[in-house]
Amino acid sequence: MMKLYTRRIWINRIGITLSMAAMSLGLIALLWILWTLFSKGFAALNWDMFTQDTPAPGSEGGGLRNAIVGSGLILLFSMLISTPIGILAGIYLAEFGRVSKFASFTRFMTDIMLSAPSIVIGLFVYALFVTTTGGFSGWAGSLSLALIAIPVVVRTTENMLKLVPTSLREAAFAVGAPRWQVSLKVTLRAVKSGVVTGVLLAMARITGETAPLLFTALNNQFFSTNMDKPMGNLPVVIYQFALSPYDNWVNLAWGGALLIAFLVLAVNIGVRVVFRNKDKR
Amino acid sequence: MPVQAMPAGENVALQVRNLDFFYGDFKGLSNVNLDIAHKKVTAFIGPSGCGKSTLLRTFNRMYDLYPGQRAEGQILFHGKNLLDKSQDVNLVRARIGMVFQKPTPFPMTIYENIAFGVRLYERMSKSAMDDRVEWALNKAALWGEVKDKLQQSGLSLSGGQQQRLCIARAVAVKPEIVLLDEPTSALDPISTAKIEELINELKSDYTIAIVTHNMQQAARISDYTAFMYLGELIEFNETGTIFMRPGKKQTEDYITGRFG
Repeated sequence: MMKLYTRRIWINRIGITLSMAAMSLGLIALLWILWTLFSKGFAALNWDMFTQDTPAPGSEGGGLRNAIVGSGLILLFSMLISTPIGILAGIYLAEFGRVSKFASFTRFMTDIMLSAPSIVIGLFVYALFVTTTGGFSGWAGSLSLALIAIPVVVRTTENMLKLVPTSLREAAFAVGAPRWQVSLKVTLRAVKSGVVTGVLLAMARITGETAPLLFTALNNQFFSTNMDKPMGNLPVVIYQFALSPYDNWVNLAWGGALLIAFLVLAVNIGVRVVFRNKDKR
Repeated sequence: MPVQAMPAGENVALQVRNLDFFYGDFKGLSNVNLDIAHKKVTAFIGPSGCGKSTLLRTFNRMYDLYPGQRAEGQILFHGKNLLDKSQDVNLVRARIGMVFQKPTPFPMTIYENIAFGVRLYERMSKSAMDDRVEWALNKAALWGEVKDKLQQSGLSLSGGQQQRLCIARAVAVKPEIVLLDEPTSALDPISTAKIEELINELKSDYTIAIVTHNMQQAARISDYTAFMYLGELIEFNETGTIFMRPGKKQTEDYITGRFG
């Protein structure tokens, strides 16, 4: 008996060692990326980055103001488009169309959209929207990012709603509430924090998307808040500047990359902290 | 089985006639006939899976939420068959309330938990709503414990309080019938005693149908008791008779603990 037990202890040790090794590999890669980003990004970080626009080729100084504001606007509108559509579609899938053919078709399409390469979505918007509305614009950028965010929001909303215990749903029906009231006022509210987390994570996901913006929002060297015109944005600026031969541009690209990483990190950590305390109660 | 009629002089709230119930191909209830007495407590007892909860869930069409479940026969309520396709199920549920096994407060404040159902069918001023909330919480013997924290989440209450909140919520809509599906099986003995006391008081205003696993509970609180087994109504009579002089062998075996 002891022999069998000792054997099990050793198997346990080997298992733990292997999984720790696998974890460290992943962690090392991540820390390495973050370290490079921080060391090079912090060197580039200064106040001018927020107050000046992207510099002309070869010139000194300059900042990222136009790209930061542009990214902010594009993100804002893409979330305004994708959040209501995503949440309503998620409610439909979880509460109304559990077993209908249309719902399983929608679910299938959502899964395809989730794994669709973002450059394909960019091309799609280019072909359908950019060419028909007379050129690159902030709106086209928002639209393509929204198309990426929608399936994420749909899926998290549906999954969250599916976690709502049947008893709560039945209780809401039992007071005579129609289905839409049950969904919006009871079950959706029960998973509010999960859905908000999903929306914010979808935002984090599209913050760094570059490919869909290349042929939609394009870029703009100058400060602009006109969504009908091409618009500067961080991912495309980073992409262009990082590949350029000018040290000044490359530096700005590092600074921009750090900004995006910060934003995504802040959203992720913020979501966790805020909702952890709320759910404990 | 013939209809086991009520004693003379008893008003009838619900008449169940030739009721069959199906979960897909499986027959969950067969040919159930009984009358639920007005403003009395009717208890349903029987071993697990005997169909007592299924029967209760036909009274407010709760089974409608699940495709594949269907009921055939008649449940007459004010002369109309509840099972008719033309019945508005939401209205049925507003008039026939239900409380479940596990306390299920809505994820909102205590006040809103009560007001939610009321708002669905009545428009009233803020002060009238305040009065209604207080009235319902009083009915459920909860007002004293929560009157200073109406704006707190319903989830912050203890299990027993949550269950009384659910009863208050059901009562607030002013239904005629309240269905209780094992309302105390998740509660401690003290909370259970409070709920039983409450049921006793509620029956002066409401018709109550309760499913319970606890025979002593059925004996303590009900006026009529129905014993069910394998989807059939075996015996239905005044509670005293069922427990003292059961007419069927199966009933006697069950209440004396020989099976179940």
